[in-house]
Order: sequence, then C-alpha cells, then structure tokens
Amino acid sequence: MADLVLPASLQGVEPVRSVRTPARLEYRYTAGEATTRFLRGIEQRRILGERAPGGKVYVPSRGADPQLGVPTAEQVELPPVGTLTSFCVVNVAFYGQGMEIPYTSGLILLDGADLPIMHLIQECPVEDVRIGMRVEAVWVDDGELAPTLESIRYFRPNGEPDVEVVQPGEGVTW
Amino acid sequence: MIEVAVVATAQMPNVRAETLRNEVEMLMPVLQEVRARAGLDRTEIGFTCSGSTDYLCGQAFSFVSTLDGVGPWPPIQESHVEMDGAWALYEAWVKLQLGEVDTALVYSYGKSSPGSIHEVLSRQLDPYHVAPLWPDAIGLAALQARAVLDAGKATEADLAEVACRSRRAALANPNAQLRWDRSVEQHLAEEPIVDPLRRSDCPPITDGACAVVLAAGGRARELVERPAWIRGIDHRVEPMALGLRDLTSSESARLAAERAGVGEGPVDVAELHAPFSHQELILRAALGLEDHPNVNPSGGALAANPVMVAGLTRIAEVSQRILDGAADRGVAHATSGPCLQQNLVCVLEGDR
Repeated sequence: MADLVLPASLQGVEPVRSVRTPARLEYRYTAGEATTRFLRGIEQRRILGERAPGGKVYVPSRGADPQLGVPTAEQVELPPVGTLTSFCVVNVAFYGQGMEIPYTSGLILLDGADLPIMHLIQECPVEDVRIGMRVEAVWVDDGELAPTLESIRYFRPNGEPDVEVVQPGEGVTW
Repeated sequence: MIEVAVVATAQMPNVRAETLRNEVEMLMPVLQEVRARAGLDRTEIGFTCSGSTDYLCGQAFSFVSTLDGVGPWPPIQESHVEMDGAWALYEAWVKLQLGEVDTALVYSYGKSSPGSIHEVLSRQLDPYHVAPLWPDAIGLAALQARAVLDAGKATEADLAEVACRSRRAALANPNAQLRWDRSVEQHLAEEPIVDPLRRSDCPPITDGACAVVLAAGGRARELVERPAWIRGIDHRVEPMALGLRDLTSSESARLAAERAGVGEGPVDVAELHAPFSHQELILRAALGLEDHPNVNPSGGALAANPVMVAGLTRIAEVSQRILDGAADRGVAHATSGPCLQQNLVCVLEGDR
C-alpha cells in the first residue's frame, strides 16, 4: 500500500487511539408464563418448581423441558431447604456489586429439584463453606416481598449434617 | 450434489406484541407443529440450526435457553446464526451436503416488542461512523426510497401500489398481521412520516416464529408426497458503507438470483423479503421479475415483519405452495441489514 500523505493540518497531530460511543437500549422483559408462576409464588414465600413429563423438576422453570422439548406444566412446591452443590468465594470487587468482599455465591439444589438455583451463602465464614452443606432460605420481611429472587436475601447453614452430592450428569439415565 | 428439500413448514400467527409468553414458550408450538407435519419425532432430527438475535430481547445468549424447546439434552448436533432464519436454512443445506445426516430442523424467532426495534437495528451499523448517530431503520429506508424516486425508477404511486397489493393479498393469509383493502389514492392521502415514506410504506413491528424441516434425497420422498426441492441457493453481501452502494439497485440480489438459477425456468410464485414498499421494486428488477403477476401472495414483510424470521417465512411460503401442489417452481428471497445489505435467493421446485 502506498504511503498515505496527510494534509498539513493533520501532520504531527496526536493519533486517536480510541473512540467512546456509549449505547443504551431499554427493554420490557417478557418473563413468560412459567417464570410468572414462579415469581408470583416467590411473592408469597413459596418456591414453585415445575415437573416435566419426563419426571425432572426445574426451578425456576423457563417453560421448556430441555430433555423432551415440551412445556413444563405441573407445579411442584419445593421446601426452602437444599444442599450446596458448588460454590465460589468472590474476592474481587466489580461495578454494581453492592456486597462486601469476600462473599460466597453458591449453587443450591432444593430438596425435590433437579436443577440448582444460584444464590448467596451467608451467616457462614467463607472458609467454612463446603459442598454438601445443608442450607435454608432467609426471606426478606413481609412488606418487602416482591416477584423477584431478591425476596430471598440469602441461604444459610441450617445445622443438618452434610450429605453426599451427586454432581449434574452423574447417575443420569435416559 | 445431494438433493435437499423442504418437507414441512409451520408459522406462528404474527402479532404486534406477544406479552405473555417468552421466546421458548412461543416457539414450542411451532416446533411441535412442523415436526408433526414432517412425521418426525424429536430424536429423528439429524441437525438443528436456528436464526435469531439476542439484541431483540436484550439478553446475552438468550438463544441458548430458547434451544430448550427442541430438547437438546442429551447433546444434539446444533448450530445458530445471528441472522435471519433463511441463513440458518442455508447452513443446514450445507450440512446436509456432507451426507452425515439426512434431516434438519431450521427455526427462527423474533420478538421485537420488548425493545425499541428501530434503535436496536441501528446497532448493526458501522460502529464508528454511523451507529453513534443512531439512525433509525425507517430513516435509512427513506434515504433509499428517495434515491429510487430521484433516479426516476419509481413514483410514489408505484410504492403505494406495492403496499396496497400486499395488504390486500394478506387478507387471505391467516398468519398476517396487517391486512386491508385500500386504494392507491387512500394510501397517497397519508402524510409521509419520514419523507418520502408514508406509514403504509413501512412494515409493522411484529413478534413471530417460523420453522421448516429439510430432508435429503430418498428420505424426503419417504416423508412427503411432493417435497419442495431446493434447486439453487446463494447469498451475497453489499459493502457495509451505505455511501459505497448504489441504493437504487441490488447487485448482490441480482448475483444471488443468477447463481441460484432463477431465470432457468418459469416462476409460478415469488416471495420477496421487502420490508419497505420501494424495496420490492428494487428486488423485482434484480431478480428479473419486473412484471411478474404473483409476487408476495402472502402479503410479504409489509403484512408481517418478524425480525430474523421474515426471510425464512418467504421460503416457507413458497415451499408450502409446492408441497400443497399449488405451484411447481418458485423463488424465495431473504434480506438482512440496512437497505437490503445482504440478500439470499432460493429456487424451489416440486416433482412433476
């Protein structure tokens, strides 16, 4: 390629190294029928999973069973108690976090569910958190209940002995 | 070359806003219907390919959760394109050419209602020089319409004729969203909204979904009496910069049509993906269908324009007419990007 000859006015100027082009788009998210059922349950301190025809219980359900590709329609109320199947300790602060570090994020398999939900683990030092720990939900006060998972403030150890965890995929038959 | 045919199609009735069901919930009935029409169980689909864009719902990787609707566990052979479903069909056609599988499910869905579609579409433009200006989709189309009028290639009455004919044809299409019987004079009495385009020159904002099943060779003949064979398929792209293009014609569509073999036989029906009225005239010229009497009998994208879906719908509309025996040979066209930037042309034919 031939050398570019710049007009005199552009010779020796500082190069532009980056361009900022902020973009913002607003959406009105459609939760869908299944997620609406789940969120309305949360508003009443009830955790509603949905059972697929194949027998799996999903919570929260997006409305489709990934094994059969059919709607999940049978509601199953689950207890606010489950087992920690994995966790991570967050030591890095990031924008919008609103949490004091370090803190623990966990995957909690509620009793009777086949899919874990993600939530915070608190009232437990991060070094004591372990896979197999039994945990229970701590809800917000009645006046703060809303159709959002934030109606559960976090999960905490419930004092039951640890259980052996079957990792996703293990022991699954089809 | 392995012969590949469309053996079944299904569409969701197009609506302005699907406010109750999320993407996977609105897609599942369409997937079930298309498999039932093909007579195929979920486990008999060799390859699945979808077209959609996460920008419509504003959720990264939303297409992955939508995939639950096909039953992807245990793992299936699957792919996705951030394009109209017509390009997903192209990928599935290529996959079938490899000869490893002999059936494919192609689907696309588009739920434009959660966001502001005209702003969302601006995010596909040149990110440095054009997108920061936030040109909306109607404004860009109006630039093209003005160029067409100024070049003497069409009049405002010609645009009105396209729009009126499309909405009138849509009266017979149960999946259409906008349908009416109005005269060219009524159309021209409207004030332009983005000069020279009137509201009726523009497509509706639509939520919708479409699916087709492809099958290769003998498998297609086993499944249906009269498969819609894909005789030619090609897609081409214009330069990204609008200033480098002649907006009054579509060289990419002309080339795709030539490569797909549009002119190599009679055309009984053509479905052209022209969201704006003037674009049908550009495409007719590019495909050599200037005076063709049977263009967009479904009403086309002026009757329903689900983004990411309306191109695959054109293939479905032509295919279904061949499957039903109402047409022998047809042409389907899909577009993507601003001002007909990308164009795909597909020639379909039934056994005679």
